[in-house]
Amino acid sequence: MFVIVVGGGKVGYFLARELIGAGHEVALMERDRARAVQVTEEIGSVVIAHDGCEGKYLGQAGANRADIVAAVTGDDEDNLVICQMAKHHFDVPRTIARVNNPKNESLFKHLGVDEIVSPTRMILGSIEADIPVHELLHLAVLGGGELELVEAQLRIGSPAVGVTAGSLELPDGCSIFAVIRDERAMSVRSDTELKEGDKVIGIGRTECEGELHRILLGDTDLLD
Amino acid sequence: MKIVIVGCGRVGSTLAENLDADGHEVIILDVKTSAFDRLPETFKGAAIRGDGTDAEVLRRSGAQGADIFLSLTEGDNRNVMAAQVATETLAIPQVIAKINDPVRAAAYAELGIVTLCRTNLMVDRVANYLGLPMQTGPGIDIPETSGRDHPHPSSQTIESPVQATGGEPAGRIVPQTDAETARARRLGFRRSRG
Repeated sequence: MFVIVVGGGKVGYFLARELIGAGHEVALMERDRARAVQVTEEIGSVVIAHDGCEGKYLGQAGANRADIVAAVTGDDEDNLVICQMAKHHFDVPRTIARVNNPKNESLFKHLGVDEIVSPTRMILGSIEADIPVHELLHLAVLGGGELELVEAQLRIGSPAVGVTAGSLELPDGCSIFAVIRDERAMSVRSDTELKEGDKVIGIGRTECEGELHRILLGDTDLLD
Repeated sequence: MKIVIVGCGRVGSTLAENLDADGHEVIILDVKTSAFDRLPETFKGAAIRGDGTDAEVLRRSGAQGADIFLSLTEGDNRNVMAAQVATETLAIPQVIAKINDPVRAAAYAELGIVTLCRTNLMVDRVANYLGLPMQTGPGIDIPETSGRDHPHPSSQTIESPVQATGGEPAGRIVPQTDAETARARRLGFRRSRG
Protein backbone atom coordinates (compact mmCIF):
# COMPACT_ATOMS: atom_id res chain seq x y z
CA MET A 1 0.00 0.00 0.00
CA PHE A 2 1.02 3.61 -0.51
CA VAL A 3 0.64 5.68 2.62
CA ILE A 4 1.24 9.42 2.97
CA VAL A 5 2.05 10.39 6.52
CA VAL A 6 1.79 14.11 7.28
CA GLY A 7 3.69 15.37 10.30
CA GLY A 8 7.23 14.26 11.09
CA GLY A 9 7.11 14.45 14.87
CA LYS A 10 7.51 11.36 17.04
CA VAL A 11 4.22 9.82 15.96
CA GLY A 12 4.83 10.45 12.26
CA TYR A 13 8.41 9.24 12.45
CA PHE A 14 7.63 5.95 14.19
CA LEU A 15 4.58 5.36 12.03
CA ALA A 16 6.61 5.86 8.85
CA ARG A 17 9.35 3.58 10.15
CA GLU A 18 6.91 0.81 11.04
CA LEU A 19 5.17 1.06 7.68
CA ILE A 20 8.45 0.90 5.78
CA GLY A 21 9.46 -2.08 7.91
CA ALA A 22 6.22 -3.80 6.95
CA GLY A 23 7.03 -3.29 3.27
CA HIS A 24 4.69 -0.42 2.45
CA GLU A 25 5.49 2.54 0.25
CA VAL A 26 5.64 5.68 2.36
CA ALA A 27 5.90 9.44 1.83
CA LEU A 28 6.42 11.46 4.99
CA MET A 29 5.64 15.17 4.83
CA GLU A 30 7.26 17.50 7.34
CA ARG A 31 7.19 21.26 6.82
CA ASP A 32 10.06 22.06 9.19
CA ARG A 33 13.14 21.73 7.02
CA ALA A 34 15.58 20.98 9.85
CA ARG A 35 13.34 18.26 11.23
CA ALA A 36 12.85 16.87 7.73
CA VAL A 37 16.63 16.58 7.26
CA GLN A 38 16.96 14.86 10.61
CA VAL A 39 14.22 12.33 9.80
CA THR A 40 15.69 11.71 6.35
CA GLU A 41 18.99 10.77 7.95
CA GLU A 42 17.21 8.23 10.08
CA ILE A 43 14.72 6.58 7.74
CA GLY A 44 15.95 7.48 4.27
CA SER A 45 14.72 9.60 1.41
CA VAL A 46 10.98 9.23 1.83
CA VAL A 47 10.68 12.65 3.42
CA ILE A 48 9.14 15.61 1.62
CA ALA A 49 10.08 18.89 3.30
CA HIS A 50 6.80 20.68 2.60
CA ASP A 51 3.54 21.55 4.29
CA GLY A 52 1.01 18.77 3.76
CA CYS A 53 -1.82 21.25 4.25
CA GLU A 54 -0.98 22.87 0.94
CA GLY A 55 -2.86 21.19 -1.85
CA LYS A 56 0.01 21.68 -4.25
CA TYR A 57 2.50 19.75 -2.14
CA LEU A 58 0.05 17.06 -1.15
CA GLY A 59 -0.41 16.52 -4.88
CA GLN A 60 3.34 16.39 -5.45
CA ALA A 61 3.63 13.74 -2.75
CA GLY A 62 1.35 11.54 -4.86
CA ALA A 63 -1.94 12.02 -3.05
CA ASN A 64 -3.94 11.09 -6.13
CA ARG A 65 -2.63 7.53 -5.98
CA ALA A 66 -2.38 7.16 -2.19
CA ASP A 67 -4.33 4.40 -0.47
CA ILE A 68 -4.19 6.08 2.91
CA VAL A 69 -3.39 9.56 4.18
CA ALA A 70 -2.57 9.75 7.89
CA ALA A 71 -2.50 13.26 9.37
CA VAL A 72 -0.59 13.08 12.65
CA THR A 73 0.60 16.63 13.32
CA GLY A 74 0.14 18.25 16.71
CA ASP A 75 -2.50 20.67 15.41
CA ASP A 76 -6.06 19.47 15.06
CA GLU A 77 -7.06 22.06 12.50
CA ASP A 78 -4.14 21.03 10.28
CA ASN A 79 -5.05 17.37 10.58
CA LEU A 80 -8.65 18.14 9.64
CA VAL A 81 -7.67 20.13 6.56
CA ILE A 82 -5.14 17.51 5.43
CA CYS A 83 -7.77 14.78 5.62
CA GLN A 84 -10.45 16.84 3.92
CA MET A 85 -8.12 17.89 1.10
CA ALA A 86 -6.98 14.27 0.69
CA LYS A 87 -10.49 12.93 0.68
CA HIS A 88 -12.32 15.49 -1.40
CA HIS A 89 -9.64 16.92 -3.63
CA PHE A 90 -7.56 13.79 -4.25
CA ASP A 91 -10.17 11.11 -3.64
CA VAL A 92 -8.00 9.19 -1.20
CA PRO A 93 -10.00 6.15 -0.07
CA ARG A 94 -8.98 6.25 3.58
CA THR A 95 -8.03 9.15 5.80
CA ILE A 96 -6.85 8.97 9.39
CA ALA A 97 -6.51 11.97 11.69
CA ARG A 98 -4.81 12.35 15.01
CA VAL A 99 -7.17 14.32 17.25
CA ASN A 100 -5.35 16.00 20.10
CA ASN A 101 -8.35 17.65 21.71
CA PRO A 102 -10.98 15.02 22.58
CA LYS A 103 -13.65 17.69 22.06
CA ASN A 104 -12.95 17.49 18.34
CA GLU A 105 -13.52 13.75 17.99
CA SER A 106 -17.17 13.87 16.98
CA LEU A 107 -16.69 16.94 14.80
CA PHE A 108 -13.97 15.22 12.76
CA LYS A 109 -16.14 12.15 12.27
CA HIS A 110 -19.03 14.36 11.26
CA LEU A 111 -16.86 16.24 8.77
CA GLY A 112 -15.92 13.04 6.99
CA VAL A 113 -12.59 11.89 8.40
CA ASP A 114 -12.64 8.07 8.15
CA GLU A 115 -10.69 7.18 11.27
CA ILE A 116 -9.73 9.23 14.24
CA VAL A 117 -6.98 8.44 16.71
CA SER A 118 -7.19 10.25 20.00
CA PRO A 119 -3.96 10.02 22.01
CA THR A 120 -5.41 12.06 24.87
CA ARG A 121 -8.32 9.64 25.18
CA MET A 122 -5.96 6.67 25.04
CA ILE A 123 -3.70 8.04 27.76
CA LEU A 124 -6.72 8.80 29.93
CA GLY A 125 -7.96 5.27 29.39
CA SER A 126 -4.76 3.61 30.40
CA ILE A 127 -4.26 5.83 33.44
CA GLU A 128 -7.80 5.11 34.55
CA ALA A 129 -7.00 1.44 34.34
CA ASP A 130 -4.13 1.96 36.76
CA ILE A 131 -5.67 4.21 39.36
CA PRO A 132 -8.60 3.31 41.57
CA VAL A 133 -11.45 4.83 39.65
CA HIS A 134 -13.02 1.39 39.76
CA GLU A 135 -15.06 0.60 42.79
CA LEU A 136 -13.18 -2.65 43.28
CA LEU A 137 -9.86 -1.75 44.87
CA HIS A 138 -6.89 -4.05 44.84
CA LEU A 139 -5.47 -4.20 48.34
CA ALA A 140 -2.85 -6.92 48.02
CA VAL A 141 -1.72 -9.87 45.99
CA LEU A 142 -1.36 -13.12 47.91
CA GLY A 143 -0.38 -16.70 47.24
CA GLY A 144 2.36 -15.80 44.76
CA GLY A 145 0.02 -13.87 42.49
CA GLU A 146 -2.80 -16.39 42.45
CA LEU A 147 -5.01 -14.62 44.93
CA GLU A 148 -6.08 -11.05 45.36
CA LEU A 149 -7.36 -9.17 48.34
CA VAL A 150 -9.95 -6.67 47.19
CA GLU A 151 -12.27 -4.09 48.66
CA ALA A 152 -15.64 -3.11 47.20
CA GLN A 153 -17.55 -0.09 48.40
CA LEU A 154 -21.27 -0.62 48.03
CA ARG A 155 -23.38 2.25 46.79
CA ILE A 156 -27.05 2.91 46.20
CA GLY A 157 -28.10 0.49 43.54
CA SER A 158 -25.28 -1.99 44.09
CA PRO A 159 -26.86 -5.45 43.73
CA ALA A 160 -25.42 -6.68 47.05
CA VAL A 161 -27.12 -3.96 49.11
CA GLY A 162 -29.87 -5.43 51.30
CA VAL A 163 -28.72 -8.97 50.64
CA THR A 164 -27.33 -11.34 53.27
CA ALA A 165 -23.79 -12.50 52.70
CA GLY A 166 -24.84 -16.14 52.70
CA SER A 167 -27.20 -15.66 49.79
CA LEU A 168 -24.57 -14.18 47.48
CA GLU A 169 -23.60 -16.67 44.79
CA LEU A 170 -19.89 -16.05 44.88
CA PRO A 171 -17.66 -17.72 42.32
CA ASP A 172 -15.86 -20.84 43.42
CA GLY A 173 -12.71 -20.04 45.38
CA CYS A 174 -13.86 -16.58 46.44
CA SER A 175 -14.95 -15.46 49.83
CA ILE A 176 -15.89 -12.27 51.57
CA PHE A 177 -14.86 -12.22 55.17
CA ALA A 178 -15.06 -8.71 56.54
CA VAL A 179 -17.04 -5.52 56.25
CA ILE A 180 -15.96 -2.06 57.25
CA ARG A 181 -19.04 -0.18 58.37
CA ASP A 182 -18.89 3.26 60.04
CA GLU A 183 -15.14 2.86 60.18
CA ARG A 184 -15.39 -0.29 62.25
CA ALA A 185 -14.37 -3.65 60.97
CA MET A 186 -16.74 -6.56 61.52
CA SER A 187 -16.59 -10.12 60.39
CA VAL A 188 -19.10 -11.34 57.88
CA ARG A 189 -21.37 -14.23 58.73
CA SER A 190 -23.88 -15.80 56.40
CA ASP A 191 -26.71 -13.76 57.98
CA THR A 192 -24.90 -10.42 57.79
CA GLU A 193 -27.00 -8.06 55.71
CA LEU A 194 -24.91 -5.81 53.48
CA LYS A 195 -25.66 -2.11 53.46
CA GLU A 196 -25.03 0.93 51.34
CA GLY A 197 -21.63 2.42 52.20
CA ASP A 198 -20.19 -0.90 53.37
CA LYS A 199 -16.66 -1.66 52.35
CA VAL A 200 -16.67 -5.37 51.67
CA ILE A 201 -13.32 -7.11 51.93
CA GLY A 202 -12.92 -10.25 49.93
CA ILE A 203 -10.33 -12.65 48.68
CA GLY A 204 -10.34 -14.70 45.54
CA ARG A 205 -8.53 -15.96 42.48
CA THR A 206 -7.44 -13.18 40.14
CA GLU A 207 -9.61 -14.39 37.27
CA CYS A 208 -12.75 -14.17 39.44
CA GLU A 209 -12.46 -10.42 39.77
CA GLY A 210 -14.96 -9.61 37.05
CA GLU A 211 -17.54 -11.97 38.47
CA LEU A 212 -17.04 -10.63 41.99
CA HIS A 213 -17.44 -7.11 40.66
CA ARG A 214 -20.68 -8.01 38.95
CA ILE A 215 -22.16 -9.67 42.04
CA LEU A 216 -21.21 -6.94 44.49
CA LEU A 217 -21.32 -3.79 42.38
CA GLY A 218 -23.12 -4.59 39.17
CA ASP A 219 -22.03 -4.22 35.58
CA THR A 220 -21.21 -0.55 35.56
CA ASP A 221 -17.79 0.08 36.95
CA LEU A 222 -17.04 3.78 36.76
CA LEU A 223 -17.62 6.16 39.57
CA ASP A 224 -19.86 9.07 38.71
CA MET B 1 -27.99 41.57 12.68
CA LYS B 2 -25.87 39.41 14.91
CA ILE B 3 -22.37 38.99 13.53
CA VAL B 4 -19.58 36.83 14.92
CA ILE B 5 -15.97 37.59 13.97
CA VAL B 6 -13.14 35.21 14.84
CA GLY B 7 -9.74 36.90 14.86
CA CYS B 8 -9.26 40.49 15.98
CA GLY B 9 -6.50 41.44 13.58
CA ARG B 10 -6.52 44.49 11.33
CA VAL B 11 -9.34 43.23 9.15
CA GLY B 12 -11.38 41.72 11.96
CA SER B 13 -11.13 44.74 14.23
CA THR B 14 -11.91 47.21 11.44
CA LEU B 15 -14.98 45.24 10.42
CA ALA B 16 -16.06 44.93 14.04
CA GLU B 17 -15.68 48.66 14.59
CA ASN B 18 -17.72 49.57 11.53
CA LEU B 19 -20.43 46.98 11.99
CA ASP B 20 -20.78 48.01 15.62
CA ALA B 21 -21.00 51.68 14.66
CA ASP B 22 -23.73 50.74 12.17
CA GLY B 23 -25.79 49.30 15.00
CA HIS B 24 -25.18 45.59 14.55
CA GLU B 25 -24.68 43.18 17.41
CA VAL B 26 -21.02 42.20 17.12
CA ILE B 27 -19.22 39.39 18.95
CA ILE B 28 -15.50 39.25 18.30
CA LEU B 29 -13.17 36.50 19.53
CA ASP B 30 -9.42 36.21 19.68
CA VAL B 31 -7.04 33.97 21.57
CA LYS B 32 -5.07 37.00 22.73
CA THR B 33 -6.62 39.75 24.85
CA SER B 34 -4.01 42.20 23.57
CA ALA B 35 -5.61 41.91 20.12
CA PHE B 36 -8.62 43.79 21.46
CA ASP B 37 -6.43 46.92 21.83
CA ARG B 38 -7.22 47.43 18.14
CA LEU B 39 -10.87 48.06 18.97
CA PRO B 40 -11.92 51.64 19.72
CA GLU B 41 -13.08 52.57 23.20
CA THR B 42 -16.50 53.26 21.78
CA PHE B 43 -16.94 49.59 20.77
CA LYS B 44 -20.18 48.34 22.31
CA GLY B 45 -20.03 44.73 21.18
CA ALA B 46 -18.61 41.72 23.01
CA ALA B 47 -14.85 41.07 22.83
CA ILE B 48 -14.18 37.58 24.12
CA ARG B 49 -10.88 35.80 24.59
CA GLY B 50 -11.27 32.25 23.36
CA ASP B 51 -10.67 29.69 20.65
CA GLY B 52 -13.10 30.25 17.79
CA THR B 53 -12.73 26.65 16.57
CA ASP B 54 -14.28 25.36 19.78
CA ALA B 55 -18.05 24.97 19.52
CA GLU B 56 -18.40 25.20 23.29
CA VAL B 57 -16.49 28.50 23.43
CA LEU B 58 -18.59 29.86 20.58
CA ARG B 59 -21.80 28.87 22.31
CA ARG B 60 -20.70 30.45 25.57
CA SER B 61 -19.84 33.60 23.66
CA GLY B 62 -23.40 33.82 22.44
CA ALA B 63 -22.65 32.91 18.83
CA GLN B 64 -25.70 30.68 18.53
CA GLY B 65 -28.36 32.25 16.39
CA ALA B 66 -25.92 34.59 14.65
CA ASP B 67 -26.73 35.68 11.11
CA ILE B 68 -23.16 35.97 9.86
CA PHE B 69 -19.92 34.30 10.89
CA LEU B 70 -16.55 35.58 9.67
CA SER B 71 -13.40 33.60 10.35
CA LEU B 72 -10.45 35.92 9.85
CA THR B 73 -7.52 34.60 11.90
CA GLU B 74 -4.00 34.32 10.55
CA GLY B 75 -4.28 30.55 10.13
CA ASP B 76 -6.02 29.21 7.04
CA ASN B 77 -6.74 25.90 8.70
CA ARG B 78 -8.07 27.48 11.86
CA ASN B 79 -10.44 29.52 9.70
CA VAL B 80 -11.54 26.43 7.81
CA MET B 81 -12.25 24.58 11.02
CA ALA B 82 -14.04 27.50 12.67
CA ALA B 83 -16.18 27.95 9.56
CA GLN B 84 -17.18 24.31 9.55
CA VAL B 85 -18.02 24.38 13.26
CA ALA B 86 -20.16 27.46 12.60
CA THR B 87 -21.97 25.81 9.70
CA GLU B 88 -22.35 22.26 10.95
CA THR B 89 -22.60 22.63 14.71
CA LEU B 90 -24.13 26.08 15.16
CA ALA B 91 -26.07 26.15 11.87
CA ILE B 92 -25.16 29.78 11.21
CA PRO B 93 -26.61 30.57 7.78
CA GLN B 94 -23.86 32.73 6.35
CA VAL B 95 -20.24 31.79 6.92
CA ILE B 96 -17.11 33.28 5.39
CA ALA B 97 -13.57 32.00 5.94
CA LYS B 98 -10.35 33.75 5.01
CA ILE B 99 -8.12 31.24 3.25
CA ASN B 100 -4.97 32.77 1.84
CA ASP B 101 -3.75 29.66 0.04
CA PRO B 102 -5.54 29.84 -3.33
CA VAL B 103 -5.61 26.04 -3.76
CA ARG B 104 -7.23 25.50 -0.40
CA ALA B 105 -9.56 28.45 -0.97
CA ALA B 106 -10.84 26.95 -4.21
CA ALA B 107 -11.13 23.50 -2.65
CA TYR B 108 -13.21 24.73 0.28
CA ALA B 109 -15.36 26.91 -1.91
CA GLU B 110 -16.30 23.66 -3.61
CA LEU B 111 -17.08 22.22 -0.20
CA GLY B 112 -19.66 24.94 0.30
CA ILE B 113 -17.74 27.53 2.29
CA VAL B 114 -17.54 31.11 1.09
CA THR B 115 -13.82 31.80 0.97
CA LEU B 116 -11.93 35.04 1.00
CA CYS B 117 -8.43 34.82 -0.47
CA ARG B 118 -6.08 37.70 0.22
CA THR B 119 -3.48 36.31 -2.17
CA ASN B 120 -5.90 36.42 -5.08
CA LEU B 121 -7.30 39.79 -4.05
CA MET B 122 -3.88 41.41 -3.95
CA VAL B 123 -2.49 39.80 -7.07
CA ASP B 124 -5.60 40.95 -8.86
CA ARG B 125 -5.22 44.53 -7.62
CA VAL B 126 -1.52 44.68 -8.44
CA ALA B 127 -2.13 43.27 -11.92
CA ASN B 128 -4.90 45.80 -12.42
CA TYR B 129 -2.78 48.70 -11.28
CA LEU B 130 0.12 47.71 -13.52
CA GLY B 131 -2.21 46.99 -16.39
CA LEU B 132 -0.69 43.54 -16.77
CA PRO B 133 -2.91 40.57 -17.44
CA MET B 134 -2.43 37.92 -14.75
CA GLN B 135 -4.27 34.74 -14.00
CA THR B 136 -5.78 34.76 -10.55
CA GLY B 137 -8.50 32.93 -8.80
CA PRO B 138 -11.42 34.84 -7.31
CA GLY B 139 -10.79 37.01 -4.26
CA ILE B 140 -14.12 35.92 -2.88
CA ASP B 141 -15.11 32.47 -3.97
CA ILE B 142 -18.77 31.69 -3.63
CA PRO B 143 -19.71 28.05 -3.75
CA GLU B 144 -21.18 27.08 -7.08
CA THR B 145 -24.77 26.40 -6.24
CA SER B 146 -26.64 26.18 -9.51
CA GLY B 147 -26.94 23.03 -11.54
CA ARG B 148 -25.63 20.89 -8.72
CA ASP B 149 -27.16 18.09 -6.73
CA HIS B 150 -28.79 20.19 -4.04
CA PRO B 151 -32.11 21.95 -4.05
CA HIS B 152 -31.34 25.60 -3.39
CA PRO B 153 -31.16 27.98 -6.32
CA SER B 154 -28.03 30.04 -6.77
CA SER B 155 -27.91 33.53 -5.40
CA GLN B 156 -25.67 35.90 -7.25
CA THR B 157 -25.93 38.72 -4.77
CA ILE B 158 -22.55 39.27 -3.22
CA GLU B 159 -22.35 43.03 -2.94
CA SER B 160 -23.97 43.59 0.38
CA PRO B 161 -25.13 40.95 2.78
CA VAL B 162 -25.43 43.70 5.37
CA GLN B 163 -27.19 46.97 4.81
CA ALA B 164 -25.16 49.96 5.88
CA THR B 165 -28.01 51.15 8.05
CA GLY B 166 -28.18 47.89 9.93
CA GLY B 167 -31.45 46.41 8.79
CA GLU B 168 -32.24 43.13 7.18
CA PRO B 169 -29.76 41.54 4.82
CA ALA B 170 -29.85 43.05 1.34
CA GLY B 171 -28.97 39.70 -0.12
CA ARG B 172 -27.58 36.39 0.96
CA ILE B 173 -24.14 35.38 -0.19
CA VAL B 174 -25.19 31.80 -0.41
CA PRO B 175 -28.39 30.11 0.63
CA GLN B 176 -26.67 27.91 3.17
CA THR B 177 -29.69 27.09 5.22
CA ASP B 178 -28.78 23.91 7.01
CA ALA B 179 -26.17 21.28 7.51
CA GLU B 180 -27.84 19.06 4.96
CA THR B 181 -27.35 21.56 2.18
CA ALA B 182 -23.72 21.85 3.13
CA ARG B 183 -23.37 18.11 3.07
CA ALA B 184 -25.04 17.88 -0.29
CA ARG B 185 -22.54 20.38 -1.53
CA ARG B 186 -19.71 18.35 -0.11
CA LEU B 187 -20.87 15.38 -2.08
CA GLY B 188 -20.69 17.50 -5.19
CA PHE B 189 -17.01 18.19 -4.58
CA ARG B 190 -14.82 17.98 -7.63
CA ARG B 191 -12.74 14.87 -7.94
CA SER B 192 -9.33 15.43 -9.41
CA ARG B 193 -8.48 11.75 -9.54
CA GLY B 194 -9.20 10.22 -12.93
